[in-house]
Amino acid sequence: MRDIKVTPIRNGTVIDHITCGQALNVLRILGVNENNIDSTVSVLMHVPSKKTQWKDVVKVEDRELDPKTVDKIALISPNATIDIIRDYNVAEKHRVVLAPRVRGLVRCGNPNCITNKREPVEPEFAVDNQSPMVLRCIYCDRIQNNITDHLI
Amino acid sequence: MNFQNMDVVSIRDFNREQIEEILELSREMLPYARGEKVTRMLEGKILGNLFFEPSTRTRLSFESAANRLGAKVIDVSQISTTSITKGETLADTIRMVEAYSDLIVLRHPHEGAARLAAHFSSKPVINAGDGAGSHPTQTLLDLFTIQQEKGSIDGMNVVILGDLKYGRTVHSLAEALTLFGAKLTFVAPEALQMPIETVKHVENMGGSITCTNCIDDVISDADVLYVTRIQRERFPDPAEYEKVAGMYRIDIDALREAKKDLIVMHPLPRIDEIAPEVDFTPHARYFQQAFNGIPVRMALLTLLLGGSL
Repeated sequence: MRDIKVTPIRNGTVIDHITCGQALNVLRILGVNENNIDSTVSVLMHVPSKKTQWKDVVKVEDRELDPKTVDKIALISPNATIDIIRDYNVAEKHRVVLAPRVRGLVRCGNPNCITNKREPVEPEFAVDNQSPMVLRCIYCDRIQNNITDHLI
Repeated sequence: MNFQNMDVVSIRDFNREQIEEILELSREMLPYARGEKVTRMLEGKILGNLFFEPSTRTRLSFESAANRLGAKVIDVSQISTTSITKGETLADTIRMVEAYSDLIVLRHPHEGAARLAAHFSSKPVINAGDGAGSHPTQTLLDLFTIQQEKGSIDGMNVVILGDLKYGRTVHSLAEALTLFGAKLTFVAPEALQMPIETVKHVENMGGSITCTNCIDDVISDADVLYVTRIQRERFPDPAEYEKVAGMYRIDIDALREAKKDLIVMHPLPRIDEIAPEVDFTPHARYFQQAFNGIPVRMALLTLLLGGSL
């Protein structure tokens, strides 16, 4: 018999195949700790996975994620999948897709970068590599090492 | 190749053919740069020189280059005289200067400033140094100097000495020299050695690299010795700075084993890293190198503004 640890949700989003250990960062992206979610959020960490041995899963009830949130999740977990659940059924299923350039999602970690100086531009990065994730600021050319700490 | 209206933010904005074309035109500019011939090919054009950080050579050589071509220069050389002090953003300053000039030359204390300026300006922008970021016209004049003095860059043993960790212009120079087939040796104390990412990047480009902390081991094979400043502020302990700076000081004694035709270069300003006695040896080329900023910048202005000889 299958061992179900968290019950299925009626409506909402299941973020599956999150890179193991990144679930708490996904919660940060969702803004769960900012008291702006009125529904239940379930977190599974270190769950067996057929593809990657271990994975994390986050289920958010009564909320469908906007594209910007999905893009941010792609930055920290490029293999995650997003299942939109409506009335207990998977209405939509898609993988997160990372564009070759990401804009307005991450701040540049270089304090002397012009994008950190009250200029009217959104920080923008070229995705030099996806695994491991390597982002390069298109303005100051620096590599962004710690993505989760600089998410906007 | 069409350079018109191109922005020059990083040396990576060019491929080898484009750099060769700039160097070729720089050679043709030499008699005009020396004042032996006169041209007014950019007459009617206005250069907006924005220097938000101290500079002697770069600012003066852009101004001289524009004057030699018949262009006029409007400039800002002190932030205190501008609306920046009232809180104006660089983006707004650029949009204003864009309306007043045909090309903008920008030096700014923040990395990425030139890319931002290029983003907001429809007129060409030349990066004249952005913080610890790029300084592409310095790289171009360095390449030009080696080519002029040695006949070619390909196969030359170029020893780069000094602060290789933080001096990002040295990283661009290393990449550009590799593009032209030079063999590189990096000489620096371990704490200031070339970052591993740059070494890997240059190796991936097919470059040959040696790293050492001792100039005496490599000086006899060098064709070019490129000296950079070791910055005092990198050392928390002044005594440590004095020790390291002393070890990497180039004087006549340090050049004893050097090839007769070795050339010594330095982007200037120098502090103590090259002894004044070296100025009078046939090795010294750093003042020639500073002069070469004129023909190279003349060539670049000409190409970006669509002039022709």
